[in-house]
Amino acid sequence: MSLWRIAWRSIQQRALASSLTGVSMALGVMLVVAVLVAHGVINQSFLNNSGLGYNIVVGAKGGRLDLVLNSVYYLSRPVENIPYAYYQQFTEGKFKPYVDKAIPLCLGDMYRDFRVIGTTPAMFNDLDYGGKKYEFADGRNFEPDEYYGAVVGSIVARDAGLKVGDKFQPSHGAGPEAHVHDPFTVRGVLKPTGTPNDRGLFINMEGFYLIPEHAKPLDDAPAARPHDDHAEEHAEKHHDHDHHEEPAADAKHADDHEGTDGGVRVSEPKHAEESAEHHDEHADSHDKDHEHDDAHQHDHDHHAHTPLPLAQREVTAILVLSAGTFPELTALELMKPINKDSVAQAVLPIREMSSLFSTFVDPLQLVLLSLTVMIVIVSGIGILVSIYNSMSDRRHEIAVIRALGAGRRTVMFIVLLESILLSLAGGLAGWIVGHGLIAALSPWIATQTGVSIGFWQFVSYELVIIPGLIALASLVGYLPAVAAYRTDVAKALTTTP
Amino acid sequence: MLLLQDVHKTFREPDGSALPILSIKEFRVAAAEQAVLMGRSGSGKTTLLHIIAGISRPDSGVVRIDGHDITSLSEAGRDRFRADKIGYVFQTFNLLPGFSALENVMLGMSFAGGRPDAARARRLLERVQLKHRLTHRPAMLSVGEQQRVAVARALANRPKLLLADEPTANVDSGHQQQIVDLIRQTCQEENVALLLVTHASEVAEQFNRVDRLEDFNCVEATV
Ligand SMILES: Nc1ncnc2c1ncn2[C@@H]1O[C@H](COP(=O)(O)OP(=O)(O)O)[C@@H](O)[C@H]1O
Ligand SMILES: [Mg+2]
Repeated sequence: MSLWRIAWRSIQQRALASSLTGVSMALGVMLVVAVLVAHGVINQSFLNNSGLGYNIVVGAKGGRLDLVLNSVYYLSRPVENIPYAYYQQFTEGKFKPYVDKAIPLCLGDMYRDFRVIGTTPAMFNDLDYGGKKYEFADGRNFEPDEYYGAVVGSIVARDAGLKVGDKFQPSHGAGPEAHVHDPFTVRGVLKPTGTPNDRGLFINMEGFYLIPEHAKPLDDAPAARPHDDHAEEHAEKHHDHDHHEEPAADAKHADDHEGTDGGVRVSEPKHAEESAEHHDEHADSHDKDHEHDDAHQHDHDHHAHTPLPLAQREVTAILVLSAGTFPELTALELMKPINKDSVAQAVLPIREMSSLFSTFVDPLQLVLLSLTVMIVIVSGIGILVSIYNSMSDRRHEIAVIRALGAGRRTVMFIVLLESILLSLAGGLAGWIVGHGLIAALSPWIATQTGVSIGFWQFVSYELVIIPGLIALASLVGYLPAVAAYRTDVAKALTTTP
Repeated sequence: MLLLQDVHKTFREPDGSALPILSIKEFRVAAAEQAVLMGRSGSGKTTLLHIIAGISRPDSGVVRIDGHDITSLSEAGRDRFRADKIGYVFQTFNLLPGFSALENVMLGMSFAGGRPDAARARRLLERVQLKHRLTHRPAMLSVGEQQRVAVARALANRPKLLLADEPTANVDSGHQQQIVDLIRQTCQEENVALLLVTHASEVAEQFNRVDRLEDFNCVEATV
């Protein structure tokens, strides 16, 4: 009979004490697994976004972390804005040589509990996440000329019940007195990405600017409104809310912007012209494809909206992917002049998050981990007490085993095995229950964090659990094992049990 | 087979006084011989068997079994020697309560060099008429059955010498004879020398060779 079997039998003999100590060990290991996996999830949801698709975030000077939390994770308090002209430096100005991609973000609005992000279609057309292209579970990206077009993240779609064709109204700030204005129409629902984008509503920046409170008041250039009566008239109409059709950019009106931007070179007309062409094609195809698409039934003479003059525009952040063979080096070159300027700051989101983690999250995790490891150690001491208590009863049995020819080392080893078996059995049970719980909770975790984890998802630290348990078991088993080693066989045999 | 020469054992009482138990000039058991040693309670029978089995050491003297002086062996060497060459039947059976009858017998083979032989364990249990009790725990067996399991266990590893310490003392009178017969027969079949110690004359009388511990144990003289 193997020594394992002998050890296991003796565990079975003390079934109650064994299962109690085993359960406490299981609980301890379960908690360790939970903390480790939680750590992994948090890390993954924040740090492993190395595939953000961009490497620099540019925003107003201020808290670097705030900027990252806002523009990458859509968390934290809203930050200040920077002029639109500054954004143009990235698309066509002095920073352009350093830039591969630059996506503007306008933050500050909410829909229910979700952030509304004003941006351009490039957000999903040009950016990758984790090396993958954004895909749509339903619908498509909004077009540049669909001023009131929107794309929603998978979690938003599910929780807010938004689907393609639905309309929603972003609210400015948290106040309930939010103004009523034109609604945005959902054009597409993103497939789950495991990124913060799952929790965002992305609206066309042009529409965002047309929400009344989003126009930056022009103190020095009050005349910088579109000097087109037509447009003015329609801007008023817009305020009256006498129409809710999907607006579209119109080449004629876009032309009228030239020179209204207070000095910044305007690229809008060209852009708008392209859009207009695009739009026409689009409208045609939509007439064929979507019979329900009343949004495109608009009257081309009825010019719904005029883009906000550039001077009144602001962006909250610019997501930048630096250009070049070594984008990291380019990034550093690009960041230097930006950070020297008084307008904006450029930060590396990964670096900010790493430093947040190493100063705040990691120590917290360490404390939690220490506590749970402590529970495991206490469970180990429970095993020690349980086995040690049984030793007085078992002295006789050990003497019998010795009388059958087992050496001192053998009986010592049997007791050690007992401790190891109990720890490992408890630990394994705890590990399975832990992972089972995580698997059961994984839909919820995915909702909360965008990270989906399955039963078989391990954290590499977990590999330490098994050798750790064996070491702990040997340590706590040592005392009773020595008692077994020291058993006086002749004496124990002559004292009746 | 077994030779004891000038074996002395003295216990130290808790109050510090010396308590001589054994002082044996010479005692022999031949190979495959069946010997009985009679002695009243407290005369040192169990102490002597512990010494022969190598469980405890004499203060002085030689214990030679199958050509080996076990007093010259280390404790680990004696453990190993016991596992290989000696079977032991206890007065109180000493079956392990957590193990089935079969497992108890297998345990008798677990500490010697070779692999445990389940087939032999089964055969032995069959031999002691416990074929249908293989998986029973000791608590589910009668005392007579328990002692039969103990006999099977003692013979499991094909010992050269079987030591039986008052094997019938805790068995109900109806089964005492059965146990003695079983021990004697199986030892004969297995060609194992037997040294049985008892205080019961009705058991001792059945043997051809009966020694009285008091006759050659000289402790009284030394006190
Ligand atoms: N470890 C010990 N320390 C002191 N005295 C002992 C010890 N073991 C046995 N004795 C004493 O030795 C005597 C013989 O014991 P034992 O060999 O068990 O006798 P028997 O088996 O013949 O009844 C008894 O008086 C017993 O009290
Ligand atoms: Mg005795």
